[in-house]
Amino acid sequence: MKENHPDNPLLELKAVTKVYGRGAAAMPALKGIDLAIFRGEFVAIMGTSGSGKSTCMNILGCLDVPTDGKYIFQDMSVGGLSRDQRALVRRHFLGFVFQGFNLLNRTSALENVELPLIYRGVRPGERRKRAREALAAVNLSGWEAHTPGELSGGQQQRVAIARAIVSHPEVLLADEPTGNLDSATSRDVMNLLQRFNRENGITIVMVTHEPEMAEYAGRRIHFTDGLIDNGLMKRGR
Amino acid sequence: MFMENVFLALREIRRNALRSFLTILGIVVGVSAVITLVTLGRGATAQVTREISSMGSNQLHIRPGQGFHGPGGSRSTADKFTIDDAEAVSTHISGIEAVAPNSNQATQAIKGNLNWSTTVTGTTNGFLQVRDWELHSGREFTNTELRAGKAVCILGATVCKELFGAQNPIGSWIRLEKLSCQVIGVLKTKGQSSFGHDQDDMVLIPIAAFQRRIAGNTDVDAIFVSVRSADAIDPVKSSLERLFRDRRRIGEGKEDDFNVRDTRELIQALTGTTRVMTTLLGAVAAISLLVGGIGIMNIMLVSVTERTREIGIRLAIGALEKEVLIQFLVEAVAISCFGGVVGIFTGLVASIAGAKVLHLPFVLNFGIVGYAFLFSAAVGVIFGYFPARKAAQLNPIDALRHE
Ligand SMILES: Nc1ncnc2c1ncn2[C@@H]1O[C@H](COP(=O)(O)OP(=O)(O)OP(=O)(O)O)[C@@H](O)[C@H]1O
Ligand SMILES: [Mg+2]
Repeated sequence: MKENHPDNPLLELKAVTKVYGRGAAAMPALKGIDLAIFRGEFVAIMGTSGSGKSTCMNILGCLDVPTDGKYIFQDMSVGGLSRDQRALVRRHFLGFVFQGFNLLNRTSALENVELPLIYRGVRPGERRKRAREALAAVNLSGWEAHTPGELSGGQQQRVAIARAIVSHPEVLLADEPTGNLDSATSRDVMNLLQRFNRENGITIVMVTHEPEMAEYAGRRIHFTDGLIDNGLMKRGR
Repeated sequence: MFMENVFLALREIRRNALRSFLTILGIVVGVSAVITLVTLGRGATAQVTREISSMGSNQLHIRPGQGFHGPGGSRSTADKFTIDDAEAVSTHISGIEAVAPNSNQATQAIKGNLNWSTTVTGTTNGFLQVRDWELHSGREFTNTELRAGKAVCILGATVCKELFGAQNPIGSWIRLEKLSCQVIGVLKTKGQSSFGHDQDDMVLIPIAAFQRRIAGNTDVDAIFVSVRSADAIDPVKSSLERLFRDRRRIGEGKEDDFNVRDTRELIQALTGTTRVMTTLLGAVAAISLLVGGIGIMNIMLVSVTERTREIGIRLAIGALEKEVLIQFLVEAVAISCFGGVVGIFTGLVASIAGAKVLHLPFVLNFGIVGYAFLFSAAVGVIFGYFPARKAAQLNPIDALRHE
C-alpha cells in the first residue's frame, strides 16, 4: 500500500453508523459519524459513557466494520476488506493501547514488546534490538525480563505503549489509556504519547474521560449519543 | 513463524506440566498398547508358521469334514477314516514318501509314583518319517507289534525326562491310564515349541493298540502323508481327493466330506485365528488411542478458553486466522507426537518383556512403529483442529474483553 495523497485525510469516516443486534433488540451505537483525521494529528475523543466512543475506535482500528457508511484508511475502503485483510492492515499500520493494558501474562516485558514484530516476520536478533529500543523509549530499560505481574500499572501501560510503537505504526489508537492510572502516572503516559506524536510523527487517536488528559491532544472531539457534537471538523494544531 | 509456534507450544506445554503430562499419558497408553498387542500378535503368527514349517514342508493332512478345526482334530459329523483308508493311500497313490494314520488323546503317563499329563498318539512308523522324527535310543515298532496292536510305546523326550530322569527307559513299563505298555524307544528332542505346547510332550503307540485299548473304536482322526518333492504336492493332492471321493462314495456334484491340506494351507488356517486376534486387539488398542485424542481435544478447549484474552491480543496486533490456528494446532500435535514417541518406546519395551514371558519370538515391525507415530500425530491434528479453529475464529473485540 502506498502513502495516501497528503491533502487527503489519513483516516476518514463518512456517515458511519453502527447498529448492535437486530430487529426489536437493534441498538444504534453510532448514528452517522463524519470524521477526518490527518497524518500527524493527535486527536482526543471525549463524551459521556455509552456515547459510542469505543465503538468508533474499534471501527477506526479495523477490529470492526461499520453497519453503514464508509471508513477510508489511507485512501482504501476498509468496508470491503476480509477479516484477514483487516488483520494485515492492523499488523502493518496500527498500534493499540488499551485501558486494561492487555499484556500477555507470564511473558516478559521484552517478549510482549516483540510480539508485533514476530507477526511482521522480523528476525529474532533484529526483533530483540528493536524491542529493547522501544522499552528504552518509554524509560523501561532494565525491566525487560519482568513479567506484567511484577510491574506497576504505569509500568505496564508503558510496556503496552512500547508494544504499540515498536512496529512504527502510522496510527496509534488508545482507548482510555489512563483509565486505570493515577493522575501523576497518567501525565507520564500522556507525555510519552505527546512525544511520539511530535518526534516520530505518529498519528494518535485517544479516547479519554479526563479533560486534563485531553489537553495534551491537538484536537478534541465530543461524542453525544452516537453523534459528534459540533459537527465541525476543523483541521487541528 | 513456524519455529516461533513450536517454541510457543513447548513453553505452553511446560507451563501446564501436570495437565500436559496427563494428556500425554493418554496418548502413551494408546500408542504402546497398539504396538505391544500388534507386535505380540505378529510374534504368535510367526511362531505358528515356524512350527508348522518345522514339521516339514512337503506334507499333506487328510481329515474328515469340511473345515479345518485346529490341532485338536476334526469334530465334524462326517465319517471317520479307518486303518484301511490309510493303507489304501499307500497302495494306490504314487509319488508319496510315507503315510501315517493318526489319532490323539490326552492321557496320564504313570511310572511308579510319577505322573505326567501328556498326549498319546496312535500311529505307525510312517509318523516318524512324515514328521521327520528320529529315535534317540531304542527302536521303531515291528510289523507284528503294529498288526497285533501290542502294548509298546515310544516316548517323546519330555515324557522320558519327566518319568525317567537320566535313567534308561528302554524295556521299562509305564501305564497310560489303564493301559500298561513297554517302552521300546525314545525320540530325539525337536527343540522349543510354542503356546506352552511342547512337541516333545507325547507318547506314540501302535494305532491298533490305540483303537482297541484307549479309544475303543476303529477310527482314525487324520491321515498324514509326505510327498517326495514340492512339485508332487498338487498331483498327489488331486489323486487323494479322487481316491477318497471314490472310497466314501461321494456322487457327482456333491461336496467332499473330507479335506486335504498342504503345509501352506495349514499355516494359513492356523495363523488365520492369530491374525484375526491381532487385528481385534490392535483395534481395541486403537480405540484407547482415540480416547487419548479426546483427552487432547478436551485440554485444548480448556486452554483456548483460558487464553481467550491472549488470542484477542494476538488478533488485535494483526495475527491472521491461520496463524492462530497453527499456533494451537502445533501445541496439540506436539502433545500427541511426544506421547507417540514415548508410547513407541514403552510399547517396544513391553513387547520385548511380553514376548519373553509368553515364549514368543519378538518380531520388530518398523511398519507398525511408523504407523503408530503417524496415527498419534494425526490424532493431534484431528482432535486439535476443532479447538484451534475455535480460537482462530474468536472475535478480537470480545476476546479482548474476556476476563
Ligand atoms: N458488542 C455490543 N453489543 C451490543 N451493544 C453494544 C456492544 N458494544 C457496545 N454496545 C452498546 O453501544 C453503545 C456504545 O458503546 P461504547 O462502548 O461505544 O460506549 P463508550 O462511549 O465507549 O462508553 P464508555 O465511556 O463507558 O466506554 C452502548 O450503549 C453499548 O451498550
Ligand atoms: Mg469505551
